[in-house]
Amino acid sequence: MSDFAKLVGAEGPVTVVGGRTRWHVGGAVHSDAREVHAPSGVVSYDPAEMTVTVRAGTTTAELTATLAGADQRCALPERGGTVGGSVVIGENHPEVSGRGWLTSSVLQVTYISAEGKVVRGGGPTVKNVSGFDLPRLIVGSLGTLGLVEEVILRTNPIPPRSQWVESHDADPFTIASQVLRPSAVLWNGSSTRVLLEGHAPDVAASLNSLTSIGSWSEVDGSFDLPQYRWSLQPAELNGCSGTFVASIGVGTVWRDEPQPRPALSPSVIEISTRMKSNFDPTGRLNPGRSAF
Amino acid sequence: MTTADDALLADLKRVLGDRVRADSAERALLRRDASVFDGGSAGPTCLCESTEEVQRVVRIALAHGRSVVPRGAGTGLAGGAIPLGAPVIISLSRMNRILEVDTDSRNAWVEPGVVNLDLTKHLTPLGYHFAPDPSSQQVCTIGGNVGNNSGGPHCLAYGVTNAHILAIEVVLADGEIVTLGGLDAEPSGYDLRGVFIGGEGMLGITTKVAVRITPNPPAVRTLLLSFDTPRDAAATVSAVIAAGIVPAAMEVMDQRITIAVENYVNVGYPRDAGAVLLAEVDGLPDGVDIDAQRISDIGREHGATDVRQAASDEERMLLWKGRKTAFGAVAQIAPNYYLHDTVVPRSKLADTLEEVYRIAEEHDLAVVNVFHAGDGNLHPLLLFDGQEPGIYDRVHAAGAKIVEASLAAGGVLSGEHGIGVEKQPYMHQMFSEDDLDHQERLRHAFDPACRSNPGKVIPVGHSCADIQSLRNVPEEVWG
Repeated sequence: MSDFAKLVGAEGPVTVVGGRTRWHVGGAVHSDAREVHAPSGVVSYDPAEMTVTVRAGTTTAELTATLAGADQRCALPERGGTVGGSVVIGENHPEVSGRGWLTSSVLQVTYISAEGKVVRGGGPTVKNVSGFDLPRLIVGSLGTLGLVEEVILRTNPIPPRSQWVESHDADPFTIASQVLRPSAVLWNGSSTRVLLEGHAPDVAASLNSLTSIGSWSEVDGSFDLPQYRWSLQPAELNGCSGTFVASIGVGTVWRDEPQPRPALSPSVIEISTRMKSNFDPTGRLNPGRSAF
Repeated sequence: MTTADDALLADLKRVLGDRVRADSAERALLRRDASVFDGGSAGPTCLCESTEEVQRVVRIALAHGRSVVPRGAGTGLAGGAIPLGAPVIISLSRMNRILEVDTDSRNAWVEPGVVNLDLTKHLTPLGYHFAPDPSSQQVCTIGGNVGNNSGGPHCLAYGVTNAHILAIEVVLADGEIVTLGGLDAEPSGYDLRGVFIGGEGMLGITTKVAVRITPNPPAVRTLLLSFDTPRDAAATVSAVIAAGIVPAAMEVMDQRITIAVENYVNVGYPRDAGAVLLAEVDGLPDGVDIDAQRISDIGREHGATDVRQAASDEERMLLWKGRKTAFGAVAQIAPNYYLHDTVVPRSKLADTLEEVYRIAEEHDLAVVNVFHAGDGNLHPLLLFDGQEPGIYDRVHAAGAKIVEASLAAGGVLSGEHGIGVEKQPYMHQMFSEDDLDHQERLRHAFDPACRSNPGKVIPVGHSCADIQSLRNVPEEVWG
């Protein structure tokens, strides 16, 4: 049994604290819940394998720095907070098209169950279909099914060149037809920023193709993103108005106010309710918080 | 046939008419899938044509105390589609329409019986494809791909099926229809879509799928590298990944299978090489030339005796034809084969491969290796003559050793074929009781009574409800 398992124990309400950067998501945790912290540190990292084993309490900043030391990166958003927190929140990187989807990048997850047991799901290799897919369940679960102790993440090489470019006159919805796999296309209603990544000649060629739909200048980075994420369909983005930044082709929109939680179907709620009660029969894990 | 069967059949026929099959020939056919496993027993087969029909069949089965097994093309290699306990078989092959393609949002709604390659053929004129490309893609279906979280050569760069599915309409084991996931960026709630994929039909029945469609890359370079030994080929693969290159695909074939493929389709593979590596990069023209050159250089540093780049699309297609027909080509070597599927860390590929050859020799079996080297996914084919007395014991014993060696190298039980009944006995070697218990809890959230494809994945004896579900069938039924 791990130290973290002993800390979590098998009884009484308990909540795991990461960086508190998304503490509001899913509702306020009951005040009587005992606070615990997951262990931290990179356990093992083999760049040639393109995987990293990291404890949940590690800051994403530390992980990002470790990976950058070997010219690699991963799908976790670099927005502060901890690895475990990011995994259970499940937000994707704003440059998701270049980084990959977070859910696909979590290869193995080790968590402490409501009964205080160490449970492991998934596997250490980049490809794995051995049994039911617990890592997919834990990503985005807000710590309501198990408290994450450690994960194995897929990593990727940092492209030789990354360049943000901006246009005030290009139609953001036509960019995908001009550029193969842009890492991000962000639009705030008046201008568009595109992240081009790859071999330097490819980035130059992509920029050249973009000039057929507008005038472009190089910029240092992305827009400042408003605090709240909205999940829309890519086809709905042209209706955006007010203060926003929209990820074209993806459907994420950042706004100053939170998105009203969409109503889930009764059948989805039924499965989710059963899931929660199967994993946490007494409701002791992050009580008050709900993923659905 | 019993009165109970008559009543079940009568109810099914009221919904489906002559699309219910219960003759002995049909049942014999559906007792098996493409795996070596026998021992299934099929109940009536229902050729459903709509979600509503699937729902009604599930409810009728439930009312008669029978479980259900969804079936696509039956190409599974782990026995996942083998019917246990004479269940009602729900065939989805007639639900094969491509319903809607949205190139602006890059998604498409399809029915589960759509053949994988047919979807890509449909998308090709639009400039898109469906990225998962299992070797069986000419026959396997999207519903089956969802059930198995299928891979294929090109999932090295593009990811397995899970990364290409946005939403799934499912008929649950109690007959409820539910849509998991959505077309929006980050659907809220638990990721039930992600969990369902790879559920091997035990979490419900897929009746509609929203897939992500992938733009075709403007430039593709395909290289064929020859080596003296499989070890050199495997070392090259590890070195390419270590150099920060993620090719679209990296496939290795050993000499024996390369010769068999040449005899079979004559695509121009070298007969004298100890192993060949088929590597492909795609993207924009300049970048693919840079990467192709680097792969070629790395290959030569690791002992490549020849590096050839396909000069035309025709040549490229020929090289791939060779790889994709490899399983068919083994028939020249032996009448039967047992295809294994394990994954090891890429750095352990060469060692594990040598261990596989040693294990085969120890069990006096021929073996060929043709595999997704880029992601460490081994596919040893044990070759044998099924008529030879006692041969299956030796084949299974060798298989067990291969699984053991892969796990010892830090690998996993299956990369893309799934657990089914094949790997069930090995689940304890990879997972603890508590791990399996939680997999079971996940399953019960979807199907508390274990009515959908019972008896697979979770080891026998672990799941009481599964056993209950199988025992509910009267002994004489469908004898």
